[in-house]
Amino acid sequence: MDAWYWWMILGMAIVTYIPRAIPLTFLEGRELPKPVQNVLRNIPYAVLGALIFPAIFFIQENIWFGVIGATAAFGLAFSGANVMIVVLGSIAVLAGFSLLL
Amino acid sequence: MQARDFSAGLKAGTSIAIGYFPIALTFGLLAKTTGLTILEATAMSIFVFAGAAQYISLSLIASGVSPTVIVLNTFIVNIRHFLMTASLNEKMEPDSKWKKALYAFGVTDETFSILATGKGNRIPTAFAAGVILIAYGSWVTFTAVGHRVGASLPLFLQAAMSIALYAMFVGLLVPSMRGNRKVVMLALTAALFNSFFYFTGLLATGWAILVATLASSIFIEIVYARKGKS
Repeated sequence: MDAWYWWMILGMAIVTYIPRAIPLTFLEGRELPKPVQNVLRNIPYAVLGALIFPAIFFIQENIWFGVIGATAAFGLAFSGANVMIVVLGSIAVLAGFSLLL
Repeated sequence: MQARDFSAGLKAGTSIAIGYFPIALTFGLLAKTTGLTILEATAMSIFVFAGAAQYISLSLIASGVSPTVIVLNTFIVNIRHFLMTASLNEKMEPDSKWKKALYAFGVTDETFSILATGKGNRIPTAFAAGVILIAYGSWVTFTAVGHRVGASLPLFLQAAMSIALYAMFVGLLVPSMRGNRKVVMLALTAALFNSFFYFTGLLATGWAILVATLASSIFIEIVYARKGKS
């Protein structure tokens, strides 16, 4: 990959570090407005929703990979499995599927 | 005293280090399939140290999104740490700014959860250092290992592994959805917004995710504020 990759890493490092460092160093004791706090709190869940859909269906050209993979992942997650099992289990299901093809 | 706090931190951080193992391994592996070298993948883990943001950047790199948008996306995804470090500030022992600036780098969702729920009034800096060091070590080491192992994997397995990233997101999201209608609404609304952008081609992938995330976070907050139970 090219030089842009290293600039991107630098940028990612900076924008990741800033929200971690500012409150601990400069904003001691100050509070953000309540609505802002609430919206920030919503972001992790919203971003996961947007990340999963619709991209999960298009992981391979064959759409069945996405459909079966998504079903396996949600099935495992709803059954209460932890993240590691959800990841490994979904991979195992798709590995079985692609061997059948 | 400081040495004891540090080793207590290492011990408390071990569970994170174990939890990071498969996620970092998969990240290294995915980075390889995305076309990054072992140096590039490991460098990202060394300098950024943010699981979700790193995974997202891979899928954005794969879909040819511009680096600027990837950086912006990283910012949006990680801005939640602002809240965490703000609340952590109350919990940590007062210490010199440079020390706080140093361990601020290591505040992730996981290290935060250990520190924020720690016993006692004030968490010693040495304890935080221990937690963060072992978690970080695991993250960086297993990124490299994952990339290395990925080279020797058969093709059908590499194809199957394209689900790993999304499976991880599902695995993180679903437990929070249980008994929490707001989380369900947030994820659903964002999914709908993003699908709309995707199928209409209105916005490029990175921007679509960014706009969908912010729009649904704000929209759901307004709905809940109206209901008066936010």
